[in-house]
Amino acid sequence: MSDFPGTTGLILEEPILFDLPGDPDAGLDPADVPEDLAEVPLRQAPLGLPNVAEYRVVRHYTRISQYNYGIESGLFPLGSCTMKHNPRVNELLAALDGFAWLHPEAPEQWSQGALQVAVELNEALQAITGMQDFTLLPAAGAHGEFTGLCLISAYYEARGELDRRRKILIPETAHGTNPASAALAGFEVVNLPPQRGAVLQPDEILPYLDDSVACLMLTNPNTLGVFESHIEAIAERLHELDAFLYCDGANLNAIMGKARPGDFGVDVIHLNLHKTMSTPHGGGGPGCGPVGVSERLVDFLPGPRPVRQGDGFSWATPAQAIEPVKQFYGHFGMFVRALAYIRRLGGEGLRRASERAVLNANYLRARLADTFELPFDDPSLHEVVFSDKRQKMHGVSALDIAKGLIDRGFHPPTIYFPLVVSGALMIEPTESEDQATLDQFVAAMIDIAEQAASGGADALHDAPTRSFRGRLDEATAARKPILRWTPADE
Amino acid sequence: MEIPKQLRYTKEHEWARIDEDGTALIGVTEYAVEELGDVVFLELPEVGDEVSQGATFGTVESVKAVAELYAPLTGEVTERNEDLLEAPETLNEGPYEEGWLIRISIDNADEVDELMSADEYQAYLETLD
Repeated sequence: MSDFPGTTGLILEEPILFDLPGDPDAGLDPADVPEDLAEVPLRQAPLGLPNVAEYRVVRHYTRISQYNYGIESGLFPLGSCTMKHNPRVNELLAALDGFAWLHPEAPEQWSQGALQVAVELNEALQAITGMQDFTLLPAAGAHGEFTGLCLISAYYEARGELDRRRKILIPETAHGTNPASAALAGFEVVNLPPQRGAVLQPDEILPYLDDSVACLMLTNPNTLGVFESHIEAIAERLHELDAFLYCDGANLNAIMGKARPGDFGVDVIHLNLHKTMSTPHGGGGPGCGPVGVSERLVDFLPGPRPVRQGDGFSWATPAQAIEPVKQFYGHFGMFVRALAYIRRLGGEGLRRASERAVLNANYLRARLADTFELPFDDPSLHEVVFSDKRQKMHGVSALDIAKGLIDRGFHPPTIYFPLVVSGALMIEPTESEDQATLDQFVAAMIDIAEQAASGGADALHDAPTRSFRGRLDEATAARKPILRWTPADE
Repeated sequence: MEIPKQLRYTKEHEWARIDEDGTALIGVTEYAVEELGDVVFLELPEVGDEVSQGATFGTVESVKAVAELYAPLTGEVTERNEDLLEAPETLNEGPYEEGWLIRISIDNADEVDELMSADEYQAYLETLD
């Protein structure tokens, strides 16, 4: 295994701050609050805060940070998540005082730069997607879905059709958030039955189309990493009924500069700027899910909206705008990062980023296709979905393969998603990874397959053994989660 | 894989046991449980709720996925497995016995004919991957 980056290291056990022994020399100075506050109801017992010296707090967080693995540490091939390289220039610009310290309620004349960033990002996203206009307010992808569906709801309400436009059609390859957003926005979710192939065919939706349908939610490229090649015809069927095509744009990173959703009939799309346009994410960091719309929905975009006014910029709220979905600008720091990324790469650079994402996924596909089962042979874009079918014969599951990768020094791919593939291994390499890194990953995957085929199933069931923690009991963690620290005496 | 002869089955891998008092006990098959892996959470209808054949009546969540439960028959829920809600792992241990989900009154006995026999279900499983 010495050819792989995985190794053991001196990583230290660390309790949570509250369980560290108290340091008598640390802590707060005695209160200098005037005595007359005694009239106020005061806490009778100490608060029980940790009493730890600064050097120990620093060690605490440093040690905990060493448990982490991120795109900054190595390959992070988590399918459907698009772990981008985050250029440092983005951080530099987002941290500029004028952006970072601007008060969100500062008057327009002091906020011109920030308003300009929002307007120019909106215009850049329009150019990239071919959509008519955007709202930048939604805080993340699922929030964008909800916002987009509220726009559709507002459209039908304005036309007096909301009572009958109840249904939202969802194909099997959808992201799990799609039906959840549809239900939350007050629609009835209609799950389409299993489809014939990797892409949705127009005749597969025909039996479900009537004037009770509000929209169809389709992810393109879909969760198998395949381009929905019939999407234009599907959009036409929907438009004939004055229904909408919602496109989950989470995978836009595969088609920038190649195909524009606005050109293939999409009415509403949310983008995940934290995936497509870089910005650290995946650890609960900020998301940004702008929603782009076609002509029919522009009037309903939520306000207040940064707009051009004469030579400058101002706030405006359209007359038919839906309720605000987020305060102030939205996640403004991400606007700066996204605009910096777009401007730094330019149109040609964005196209190359997509090409590299597709090339890297197809390189892995070509190198691994002899070893791992490929359930759909449609052309892959930015991610490739294998299954554990061949390894299952030796008693090794997708989960075991994932854990085996940890021992070899790699973050596992997404497993058991999409649901249309039994035992799925969904691999999405970052477009910035070089061939040497991908080769190392391929060697690790093949090494695991060979171990599985040569009687190593038991060893793989025990993996990982070289990590800070071994195989975790996921079932108990989900059944009896410990969500909060409690003092020993509670 | 165990497929008890006395039960009737759906393509969505639910089973129904038709009892003499005109009620049906409903659960999911061993195949479903093996595909799902360790079950961690269940959502079941309340006693008194109506379920209808082919429509969802709850969800089962495992470490791998969340799956919908589809009613094999139409009727009113007369009982639900409260012990199972407390200990979802029971479903992995015995999907045909202590892992039953709900009991319903059967509204329309003709619907039973639309369900698969054990042999038909066995043959259906062989058509799957």
